[in-house]
Amino acid sequence: MNFIFEPWAWYVAGPMITLVMFFLFYFGKKFGVSSNLETLCAIGGAGKLSDFFNFDWRKNTWNLLFILGTIIGGFVAFQFLTIDASVDLNPQTVQDLADLGFQNAGAQYLPNEIFSIDTMLTLKGFVILIVAGILVGFGSRYAGGCTSGHAIVGLSNFELPSLISVIGFFIGGLIMTWFILPLIF
Amino acid sequence: MVYIAINLLILKEMKNIKFLILGILFGIILSKAEIISWYRIYEMFKFQSFHMYGVIGSAVLTGMIVFYFFNKGLIKSYIGEQIIIAPKKKGFYRNIFGGIIFGLGWALAGACPGPMFILLGRGVATIAIVLFGGLIGTTLYHMLKSKLPH
Repeated sequence: MNFIFEPWAWYVAGPMITLVMFFLFYFGKKFGVSSNLETLCAIGGAGKLSDFFNFDWRKNTWNLLFILGTIIGGFVAFQFLTIDASVDLNPQTVQDLADLGFQNAGAQYLPNEIFSIDTMLTLKGFVILIVAGILVGFGSRYAGGCTSGHAIVGLSNFELPSLISVIGFFIGGLIMTWFILPLIF
Repeated sequence: MVYIAINLLILKEMKNIKFLILGILFGIILSKAEIISWYRIYEMFKFQSFHMYGVIGSAVLTGMIVFYFFNKGLIKSYIGEQIIIAPKKKGFYRNIFGGIIFGLGWALAGACPGPMFILLGRGVATIAIVLFGGLIGTTLYHMLKSKLPH
């Protein structure tokens, strides 16, 4: 049973993600996380800002339960299924991040330089968090999907729009990682 | 009366409990495979690790097999109906520009929407700011979409 407490390999995680997707479709639904953001906006009263949000969000209750489950899953995995919460990174990655000013890269899942409370309380830290979220929210709705809907469902179903979107994901990701992160850190 | 109403509500949602369980499984998988780690996303965009490519690649390959059975009608839904995978919206500009904007955020936050919720469960309080940003971004898109190329 010890393997459960070790980090899981890619060839375990990938097929298991497909298993989750299989059951979502089998039960007559779909696999898409970012559409929950629309549902949450609708519940939060965004209908005042755009008529789009005046749909009956109750039809998406199943998907809200799914993301509620992911929150519980994150809690369970962290509290009960993880002994060593460090990430075994490529030494080159650790060095590259040290050059940017990120200390002890991989010691935890997330860098304190972005996600600590102290960082959030600085203007720069707060702007980074909120802008990152706005880009993800705006981009996933513009493209009509995120990693689940486009990269996994769309590519598995040979969808050309998804291939274009995933190419876009990488163009954006490479620009951020190689050019913008070195400017802001 | 209230007691009956609550029981009826629970009964109505019982059929949806399976989605809560699938979500828990999804949260555990993405946690245990470190997909929710900011560093794993950075490493991926630096081409310094195969891990994320392996995860997405093996999910897509096995997904192709599953969708083959769905599309051929060899596997039906739980009520015996043909499983239909809704086609994605066509349009070069929407997919490329939306994709690029998403990618910028993905690499900065080190998380796409699924991992954001999972990190919330992990107790990462600051991810709530990112999620709130995600709601702002979603609303902004729907306010501005008539002016955007699609």
